Amino acid sequence: MTAATAHQTAGPYWHLIDFPEWADLLRAGGPNEGIPGPRITLTGRITDGAGAAAPDAMVEIWQADAAGSYEPPFHGFGRCAADADGVFHFTTLRPGSVPGLGNASQAPHIVLAIFARGLMKHLVTRAYFAGEPRNAEDPLLAAAGPRAGTLIAKETAPGSWRLDIVLQGDGETVFLDV
Amino acid sequence: MPDTQPPAYRRPAPATQPAYDSPAYGSTHLRHPKAPLLRMPHTLSEVTGPRMSQGAYPAEADMTRLPNGRVVMGERIIIGGRVLDEDGRPVPGAMLEVWQANAAGRYNHPRDTHDVPLDPDFTGRARVFADAEGRYSLTTIRPGAYPWRNHHNAWRPVHVHFSLFGAGFAQRLITQMYFPGDPLLALDPVFQATPDAAARDRLVAKFDLGLTVPEHALGYRFDIVLRGAAATPFEDAGHDDEGH
Ligand SMILES: [Fe+3]
Repeated sequence: MTAATAHQTAGPYWHLIDFPEWADLLRAGGPNEGIPGPRITLTGRITDGAGAAAPDAMVEIWQADAAGSYEPPFHGFGRCAADADGVFHFTTLRPGSVPGLGNASQAPHIVLAIFARGLMKHLVTRAYFAGEPRNAEDPLLAAAGPRAGTLIAKETAPGSWRLDIVLQGDGETVFLDV
Repeated sequence: MPDTQPPAYRRPAPATQPAYDSPAYGSTHLRHPKAPLLRMPHTLSEVTGPRMSQGAYPAEADMTRLPNGRVVMGERIIIGGRVLDEDGRPVPGAMLEVWQANAAGRYNHPRDTHDVPLDPDFTGRARVFADAEGRYSLTTIRPGAYPWRNHHNAWRPVHVHFSLFGAGFAQRLITQMYFPGDPLLALDPVFQATPDAAARDRLVAKFDLGLTVPEHALGYRFDIVLRGAAATPFEDAGHDDEGH
Protein backbone atom coordinates (compact mmCIF):
# COMPACT_ATOMS: atom_id res chain seq x y z
CA MET A 1 0.00 0.00 0.00
CA THR A 2 1.46 3.33 -1.07
CA ALA A 3 0.25 6.68 0.22
CA ALA A 4 -1.18 9.08 -2.31
CA THR A 5 1.27 11.27 -4.22
CA ALA A 6 2.02 14.60 -2.53
CA HIS A 7 0.37 17.68 -3.95
CA GLN A 8 2.64 20.47 -5.21
CA THR A 9 1.63 24.00 -6.06
CA ALA A 10 0.29 24.70 -9.53
CA GLY A 11 2.58 27.74 -9.52
CA PRO A 12 2.13 30.90 -11.55
CA TYR A 13 2.41 29.35 -15.01
CA TRP A 14 -0.43 26.83 -14.98
CA HIS A 15 -2.05 28.80 -17.84
CA LEU A 16 -0.28 26.48 -20.23
CA ILE A 17 -3.23 24.19 -19.48
CA ASP A 18 -5.80 26.98 -19.59
CA PHE A 19 -8.48 26.63 -22.24
CA PRO A 20 -10.65 29.71 -21.70
CA GLU A 21 -13.67 28.18 -23.39
CA TRP A 22 -13.94 25.66 -20.55
CA ALA A 23 -15.36 28.42 -18.35
CA ASP A 24 -18.57 28.28 -20.40
CA LEU A 25 -20.07 24.87 -19.73
CA LEU A 26 -22.93 25.59 -22.15
CA ARG A 27 -20.79 26.72 -25.08
CA ALA A 28 -21.75 25.88 -28.64
CA GLY A 29 -19.82 22.82 -29.70
CA GLY A 30 -19.08 21.91 -26.08
CA PRO A 31 -20.14 18.78 -24.21
CA ASN A 32 -23.39 20.32 -22.91
CA GLU A 33 -24.71 21.98 -26.01
CA GLY A 34 -28.50 21.75 -26.00
CA ILE A 35 -28.85 20.32 -22.47
CA PRO A 36 -31.89 21.86 -20.79
CA GLY A 37 -31.93 23.73 -17.51
CA PRO A 38 -31.79 27.22 -16.06
CA ARG A 39 -28.76 29.07 -17.34
CA ILE A 40 -26.76 30.99 -14.74
CA THR A 41 -23.43 32.70 -14.36
CA LEU A 42 -21.22 32.28 -11.30
CA THR A 43 -18.59 34.90 -10.69
CA GLY A 44 -16.40 35.95 -7.80
CA ARG A 45 -13.19 37.63 -6.77
CA ILE A 46 -10.36 35.83 -5.02
CA THR A 47 -8.39 37.84 -2.47
CA ASP A 48 -5.57 37.04 -0.07
CA GLY A 49 -4.94 37.88 3.58
CA ALA A 50 -3.98 41.46 2.68
CA GLY A 51 -7.10 41.97 0.57
CA ALA A 52 -5.07 41.81 -2.65
CA ALA A 53 -6.42 40.02 -5.69
CA ALA A 54 -5.07 36.62 -6.68
CA PRO A 55 -4.73 37.18 -10.42
CA ASP A 56 -2.82 33.95 -11.02
CA ALA A 57 -5.44 31.62 -9.54
CA MET A 58 -7.25 28.85 -11.36
CA VAL A 59 -10.77 27.84 -10.39
CA GLU A 60 -12.42 24.57 -11.32
CA ILE A 61 -16.04 23.64 -10.73
CA TRP A 62 -17.87 20.33 -10.50
CA GLN A 63 -21.62 20.18 -10.26
CA ALA A 64 -24.79 18.23 -10.94
CA ASP A 65 -27.30 18.99 -13.68
CA ALA A 66 -30.60 20.77 -13.14
CA ALA A 67 -32.19 17.54 -11.94
CA GLY A 68 -29.43 16.92 -9.42
CA SER A 69 -27.60 14.18 -11.33
CA TYR A 70 -23.83 13.93 -11.70
CA GLU A 71 -24.26 11.37 -14.47
CA PRO A 72 -23.85 12.04 -18.18
CA PRO A 73 -25.00 13.50 -20.46
CA PHE A 74 -24.36 16.65 -18.42
CA HIS A 75 -20.62 17.27 -18.01
CA GLY A 76 -20.53 19.49 -14.94
CA PHE A 77 -16.88 20.46 -15.12
CA GLY A 78 -15.39 23.86 -15.87
CA ARG A 79 -12.10 25.69 -15.45
CA CYS A 80 -11.49 29.44 -15.38
CA ALA A 81 -8.43 31.61 -14.91
CA ALA A 82 -8.78 34.54 -12.56
CA ASP A 83 -8.32 37.83 -14.40
CA ALA A 84 -6.03 40.70 -13.42
CA ASP A 85 -8.51 41.65 -10.66
CA GLY A 86 -8.70 38.10 -9.33
CA VAL A 87 -12.16 37.56 -10.82
CA PHE A 88 -13.44 34.27 -12.24
CA HIS A 89 -16.60 33.84 -14.30
CA PHE A 90 -18.46 30.66 -15.26
CA THR A 91 -21.54 30.11 -17.37
CA THR A 92 -23.42 26.97 -16.43
CA LEU A 93 -26.74 25.47 -15.33
CA ARG A 94 -28.22 25.99 -11.92
CA PRO A 95 -27.84 22.57 -10.33
CA GLY A 96 -30.60 20.65 -8.59
CA SER A 97 -30.35 19.23 -5.10
CA VAL A 98 -28.31 16.04 -4.87
CA PRO A 99 -28.49 13.09 -2.52
CA GLY A 100 -26.58 13.32 0.74
CA LEU A 101 -25.66 10.59 3.15
CA GLY A 102 -28.31 8.29 4.52
CA ASN A 103 -31.70 9.77 3.82
CA ALA A 104 -30.44 13.34 3.75
CA SER A 105 -30.34 15.46 0.66
CA GLN A 106 -28.03 18.34 -0.05
CA ALA A 107 -29.13 21.78 -1.12
CA PRO A 108 -28.14 22.74 -4.67
CA HIS A 109 -24.46 23.62 -4.80
CA ILE A 110 -21.40 23.84 -7.01
CA VAL A 111 -18.06 22.46 -5.81
CA LEU A 112 -15.14 24.85 -6.34
CA ALA A 113 -11.46 23.93 -6.37
CA ILE A 114 -8.94 26.78 -6.19
CA PHE A 115 -5.37 26.34 -7.35
CA ALA A 116 -2.66 29.02 -7.26
CA ARG A 117 0.91 29.92 -6.58
CA GLY A 118 1.21 29.81 -2.81
CA LEU A 119 -1.33 27.02 -2.44
CA MET A 120 0.53 23.79 -1.84
CA LYS A 121 -2.73 21.92 -2.41
CA HIS A 122 -5.89 23.22 -3.99
CA LEU A 123 -8.57 24.58 -1.69
CA VAL A 124 -12.06 23.14 -1.92
CA THR A 125 -15.24 25.01 -1.12
CA ARG A 126 -18.84 25.15 -2.32
CA ALA A 127 -21.19 27.75 -3.73
CA TYR A 128 -24.78 27.49 -2.51
CA PHE A 129 -27.60 29.78 -3.67
CA ALA A 130 -29.11 32.50 -1.48
CA GLY A 131 -32.86 32.20 -1.05
CA GLU A 132 -32.89 28.47 -1.71
CA PRO A 133 -35.27 26.96 0.87
CA ARG A 134 -33.34 23.68 0.97
CA ASN A 135 -30.30 25.50 2.39
CA ALA A 136 -31.99 25.25 5.80
CA GLU A 137 -31.62 21.47 5.80
CA ASP A 138 -28.19 21.19 4.22
CA PRO A 139 -25.78 19.26 6.48
CA LEU A 140 -22.68 21.10 5.35
CA LEU A 141 -24.16 24.57 5.79
CA ALA A 142 -25.26 23.50 9.27
CA ALA A 143 -21.74 22.29 10.07
CA ALA A 144 -20.26 25.59 8.87
CA GLY A 145 -22.25 27.39 11.58
CA PRO A 146 -21.80 31.17 11.78
CA ARG A 147 -19.41 31.17 8.79
CA ALA A 148 -21.89 29.45 6.47
CA GLY A 149 -22.55 32.75 4.72
CA THR A 150 -19.14 32.49 3.05
CA LEU A 151 -20.55 29.53 1.11
CA ILE A 152 -23.71 31.24 -0.15
CA ALA A 153 -23.65 33.05 -3.48
CA LYS A 154 -25.82 36.16 -3.90
CA GLU A 155 -27.96 36.87 -6.94
CA THR A 156 -26.80 40.24 -8.27
CA ALA A 157 -29.14 40.21 -11.29
CA PRO A 158 -31.54 37.54 -12.49
CA GLY A 159 -29.43 34.44 -13.14
CA SER A 160 -26.17 36.16 -12.15
CA TRP A 161 -24.62 34.79 -8.98
CA ARG A 162 -21.60 36.04 -7.11
CA LEU A 163 -19.44 34.40 -4.48
CA ASP A 164 -16.19 36.03 -3.48
CA ILE A 165 -13.41 33.86 -2.10
CA VAL A 166 -11.28 35.10 0.80
CA LEU A 167 -8.21 32.93 1.19
CA GLN A 168 -7.22 34.24 4.62
CA GLY A 169 -8.27 36.56 7.42
CA ASP A 170 -11.45 38.58 7.96
CA GLY A 171 -14.35 36.90 6.22
CA GLU A 172 -12.21 33.91 5.35
CA THR A 173 -14.11 31.44 3.19
CA VAL A 174 -14.97 28.11 4.77
CA PHE A 175 -12.68 25.62 3.05
CA LEU A 176 -13.38 21.94 3.20
CA ASP A 177 -11.16 19.14 4.38
CA VAL A 178 -12.36 16.66 1.80
CA MET B 1 -30.63 6.18 -9.10
CA PRO B 2 -27.10 6.86 -7.95
CA ASP B 3 -25.90 5.17 -4.81
CA THR B 4 -26.69 7.54 -1.96
CA GLN B 5 -23.99 6.14 0.33
CA PRO B 6 -20.89 6.21 -1.82
CA PRO B 7 -17.52 4.95 -0.64
CA ALA B 8 -15.45 7.73 0.86
CA TYR B 9 -11.83 8.34 0.01
CA ARG B 10 -9.11 7.65 2.51
CA ARG B 11 -7.58 10.50 4.51
CA PRO B 12 -3.91 11.30 3.81
CA ALA B 13 -1.32 9.24 5.63
CA PRO B 14 0.46 11.41 8.23
CA ALA B 15 3.14 13.80 6.90
CA THR B 16 2.73 12.66 3.30
CA GLN B 17 1.15 15.94 2.14
CA PRO B 18 2.53 19.48 2.37
CA ALA B 19 0.87 21.95 4.74
CA TYR B 20 -0.92 25.01 3.36
CA ASP B 21 1.15 27.05 5.80
CA SER B 22 4.64 26.33 4.53
CA PRO B 23 6.62 29.36 5.76
CA ALA B 24 9.75 28.78 3.69
CA TYR B 25 7.62 29.20 0.57
CA GLY B 26 6.85 32.92 0.75
CA SER B 27 3.72 32.91 -1.39
CA THR B 28 1.94 30.79 1.21
CA HIS B 29 2.09 33.59 3.82
CA LEU B 30 -1.00 35.48 2.68
CA ARG B 31 -2.71 32.64 0.86
CA HIS B 32 -3.07 29.86 3.41
CA PRO B 33 -6.33 29.70 5.35
CA LYS B 34 -5.95 30.48 9.04
CA ALA B 35 -9.13 28.76 10.19
CA PRO B 36 -9.08 24.98 10.34
CA LEU B 37 -10.59 23.38 7.27
CA LEU B 38 -14.10 22.02 7.83
CA ARG B 39 -13.88 18.25 7.96
CA MET B 40 -16.80 16.70 6.12
CA PRO B 41 -17.88 13.21 5.16
CA HIS B 42 -17.68 12.51 1.45
CA THR B 43 -20.90 12.70 -0.51
CA LEU B 44 -21.75 12.20 -4.15
CA SER B 45 -20.31 15.67 -4.76
CA GLU B 46 -16.85 14.42 -3.76
CA VAL B 47 -16.83 10.83 -5.03
CA THR B 48 -18.17 11.64 -8.48
CA GLY B 49 -16.07 13.55 -10.94
CA PRO B 50 -15.90 14.56 -14.58
CA ARG B 51 -15.34 11.77 -17.07
CA MET B 52 -12.66 13.06 -19.37
CA SER B 53 -13.03 11.34 -22.72
CA GLN B 54 -10.51 11.59 -25.49
CA GLY B 55 -13.30 12.67 -27.77
CA ALA B 56 -13.84 15.87 -25.81
CA TYR B 57 -10.23 16.22 -24.60
CA PRO B 58 -7.92 15.10 -27.40
CA ALA B 59 -4.64 13.51 -26.36
CA GLU B 60 -1.35 15.17 -27.29
CA ALA B 61 1.41 12.83 -26.13
CA ASP B 62 4.43 14.39 -27.82
CA MET B 63 5.57 17.89 -26.85
CA THR B 64 8.66 17.70 -29.04
CA ARG B 65 7.07 17.82 -32.48
CA LEU B 66 5.63 21.15 -33.44
CA PRO B 67 2.78 21.57 -35.91
CA ASN B 68 5.22 23.14 -38.37
CA GLY B 69 7.29 19.95 -38.39
CA ARG B 70 10.19 21.35 -36.38
CA VAL B 71 11.56 19.40 -33.43
CA VAL B 72 11.99 21.43 -30.25
CA MET B 73 15.41 22.16 -28.77
CA GLY B 74 16.58 20.08 -25.83
CA GLU B 75 17.33 16.62 -24.54
CA ARG B 76 14.42 14.46 -25.65
CA ILE B 77 13.02 12.21 -22.93
CA ILE B 78 10.15 9.84 -22.41
CA ILE B 79 8.15 9.99 -19.18
CA GLY B 80 6.01 6.99 -18.40
CA GLY B 81 4.49 5.18 -15.49
CA ARG B 82 1.23 4.12 -13.96
CA VAL B 83 -1.65 5.89 -12.28
CA LEU B 84 -2.71 3.75 -9.33
CA ASP B 85 -4.77 4.19 -6.21
CA GLU B 86 -3.48 3.61 -2.69
CA ASP B 87 -4.40 -0.06 -2.90
CA GLY B 88 -2.35 -0.49 -6.04
CA ARG B 89 -5.33 -0.65 -8.38
CA PRO B 90 -4.99 1.06 -11.75
CA VAL B 91 -7.05 4.17 -12.40
CA PRO B 92 -8.02 3.54 -16.02
CA GLY B 93 -9.00 6.58 -18.02
CA ALA B 94 -7.31 9.04 -15.68
CA MET B 95 -6.53 12.22 -17.60
CA LEU B 96 -3.06 13.70 -17.15
CA GLU B 97 -2.29 17.27 -18.16
CA VAL B 98 1.38 18.09 -18.19
CA TRP B 99 3.19 21.42 -18.49
CA GLN B 100 6.77 22.57 -18.18
CA ALA B 101 9.51 25.06 -18.98
CA ASN B 102 11.68 24.70 -22.06
CA ALA B 103 15.21 23.35 -22.04
CA ALA B 104 16.57 26.76 -21.09
CA GLY B 105 14.27 27.02 -18.06
CA ARG B 106 11.64 29.40 -19.39
CA TYR B 107 7.90 28.90 -19.72
CA ASN B 108 6.04 29.93 -22.84
CA HIS B 109 4.04 32.29 -20.64
CA PRO B 110 3.70 36.08 -20.73
CA ARG B 111 4.59 36.44 -17.05
CA ASP B 112 7.84 34.49 -17.36
CA THR B 113 10.55 37.06 -18.02
CA HIS B 114 13.59 34.90 -17.22
CA ASP B 115 16.45 36.12 -19.37
CA VAL B 116 17.01 32.95 -21.42
CA PRO B 117 15.70 32.12 -24.90
CA LEU B 118 12.18 31.06 -25.69
CA ASP B 119 12.05 28.13 -28.07
CA PRO B 120 9.70 29.47 -30.73
CA ASP B 121 6.36 27.66 -30.90
CA PHE B 122 7.17 25.27 -28.04
CA THR B 123 4.09 25.42 -25.85
CA GLY B 124 5.32 22.97 -23.23
CA ARG B 125 2.11 21.08 -22.60
CA ALA B 126 0.74 17.61 -23.18
CA ARG B 127 -2.41 15.64 -22.40
CA VAL B 128 -2.49 11.87 -22.07
CA PHE B 129 -4.81 9.22 -20.63
CA ALA B 130 -4.08 6.19 -18.48
CA ASP B 131 -4.94 2.88 -20.20
CA ALA B 132 -6.78 -0.07 -18.66
CA GLU B 133 -3.70 -0.95 -16.57
CA GLY B 134 -3.19 2.67 -15.55
CA ARG B 135 -0.20 3.11 -17.88
CA TYR B 136 0.64 6.42 -19.51
CA SER B 137 3.53 7.72 -21.56
CA LEU B 138 4.55 11.01 -23.12
CA THR B 139 7.51 12.44 -25.01
CA THR B 140 9.05 15.77 -24.10
CA ILE B 141 12.37 17.46 -23.47
CA ARG B 142 14.11 17.73 -20.15
CA PRO B 143 13.24 21.22 -18.88
CA GLY B 144 15.79 23.60 -17.42
CA ALA B 145 16.06 24.85 -13.84
CA TYR B 146 14.91 28.43 -13.39
CA PRO B 147 15.30 31.17 -10.80
CA TRP B 148 12.41 32.45 -8.70
CA ARG B 149 12.32 35.25 -6.22
CA ASN B 150 11.33 33.29 -3.12
CA HIS B 151 14.61 34.02 -1.37
CA HIS B 152 18.14 35.08 -2.27
CA ASN B 153 19.59 32.93 -5.07
CA ALA B 154 16.48 30.76 -5.26
CA TRP B 155 16.28 28.21 -8.12
CA ARG B 156 13.56 25.68 -8.73
CA PRO B 157 14.86 22.17 -9.27
CA VAL B 158 14.14 20.75 -12.71
CA HIS B 159 10.50 19.72 -12.70
CA VAL B 160 7.46 18.90 -14.80
CA HIS B 161 3.96 19.86 -13.61
CA PHE B 162 1.31 17.13 -13.62
CA SER B 163 -2.47 17.56 -13.24
CA LEU B 164 -4.64 14.47 -12.79
CA PHE B 165 -8.33 13.66 -12.87
CA GLY B 166 -9.29 10.29 -11.40
CA ALA B 167 -12.77 8.92 -10.84
CA GLY B 168 -13.88 11.27 -8.05
CA PHE B 169 -13.32 15.02 -7.76
CA ALA B 170 -11.80 14.35 -4.31
CA GLN B 171 -8.98 12.53 -6.14
CA ARG B 172 -8.05 15.68 -8.06
CA LEU B 173 -4.29 16.13 -7.92
CA ILE B 174 -1.78 18.69 -9.14
CA THR B 175 1.82 17.80 -8.41
CA GLN B 176 5.33 18.14 -9.79
CA MET B 177 7.75 15.50 -11.02
CA TYR B 178 11.43 16.00 -10.24
CA PHE B 179 14.59 14.41 -11.63
CA PRO B 180 17.01 12.13 -9.77
CA GLY B 181 20.24 13.59 -8.48
CA ASP B 182 19.19 17.23 -8.73
CA PRO B 183 21.25 19.21 -6.18
CA LEU B 184 18.51 21.83 -5.98
CA LEU B 185 16.04 19.40 -4.36
CA ALA B 186 17.66 19.82 -0.95
CA LEU B 187 17.27 23.60 -1.23
CA ASP B 188 13.74 23.84 -2.62
CA PRO B 189 10.97 24.97 -0.22
CA VAL B 190 8.24 23.53 -2.45
CA PHE B 191 9.78 20.07 -2.60
CA GLN B 192 10.80 20.18 1.06
CA ALA B 193 7.32 21.20 2.23
CA THR B 194 6.26 17.57 2.36
CA PRO B 195 7.54 16.35 5.74
CA ASP B 196 7.82 12.64 5.00
CA ALA B 197 11.08 11.81 3.20
CA ALA B 198 9.64 8.76 1.45
CA ALA B 199 6.69 10.80 0.19
CA ARG B 200 9.11 13.41 -1.17
CA ASP B 201 11.17 10.70 -2.81
CA ARG B 202 8.11 9.46 -4.69
CA LEU B 203 7.99 12.84 -6.44
CA VAL B 204 11.38 12.08 -7.98
CA ALA B 205 11.22 10.13 -11.23
CA LYS B 206 13.50 7.11 -11.68
CA PHE B 207 15.76 6.71 -14.66
CA ASP B 208 14.42 3.61 -16.42
CA LEU B 209 16.46 1.76 -19.04
CA GLY B 210 13.33 -0.18 -19.95
CA LEU B 211 11.53 3.02 -20.95
CA THR B 212 14.61 4.30 -22.78
CA VAL B 213 14.33 3.96 -26.54
CA PRO B 214 17.65 3.19 -28.26
CA GLU B 215 18.95 5.98 -30.48
CA HIS B 216 15.94 8.10 -29.49
CA ALA B 217 15.35 9.19 -25.89
CA LEU B 218 16.10 8.47 -22.25
CA GLY B 219 13.19 7.13 -20.22
CA TYR B 220 12.04 8.25 -16.78
CA ARG B 221 9.46 6.43 -14.73
CA PHE B 222 6.98 8.41 -12.66
CA ASP B 223 4.21 6.47 -10.96
CA ILE B 224 1.38 8.53 -9.51
CA VAL B 225 -0.89 7.40 -6.69
CA LEU B 226 -4.39 8.83 -6.25
CA ARG B 227 -6.43 8.44 -3.08
CA GLY B 228 -7.94 5.03 -2.47
CA ALA B 229 -11.30 4.14 -1.02
CA ALA B 230 -11.79 4.18 2.74
CA ALA B 231 -13.21 1.08 4.35
CA THR B 232 -16.80 2.23 4.64
CA PRO B 233 -18.87 5.30 3.92
CA PHE B 234 -18.38 7.97 6.60
CA GLU B 235 -15.07 6.35 7.46
CA ASP B 236 -12.06 8.59 7.91
CA ALA B 237 -9.38 6.08 8.79
CA GLY B 238 -7.46 4.19 6.16
CA HIS B 239 -8.26 0.52 5.73
CA ASP B 240 -8.29 -1.78 2.79
CA ASP B 241 -11.64 -1.88 1.15
CA GLU B 242 -12.55 -5.10 -0.59
CA GLY B 243 -15.87 -3.81 -1.82
CA HIS B 244 -14.77 -1.12 -4.27
FE1 LIG C 1 7.29 25.35 -12.58
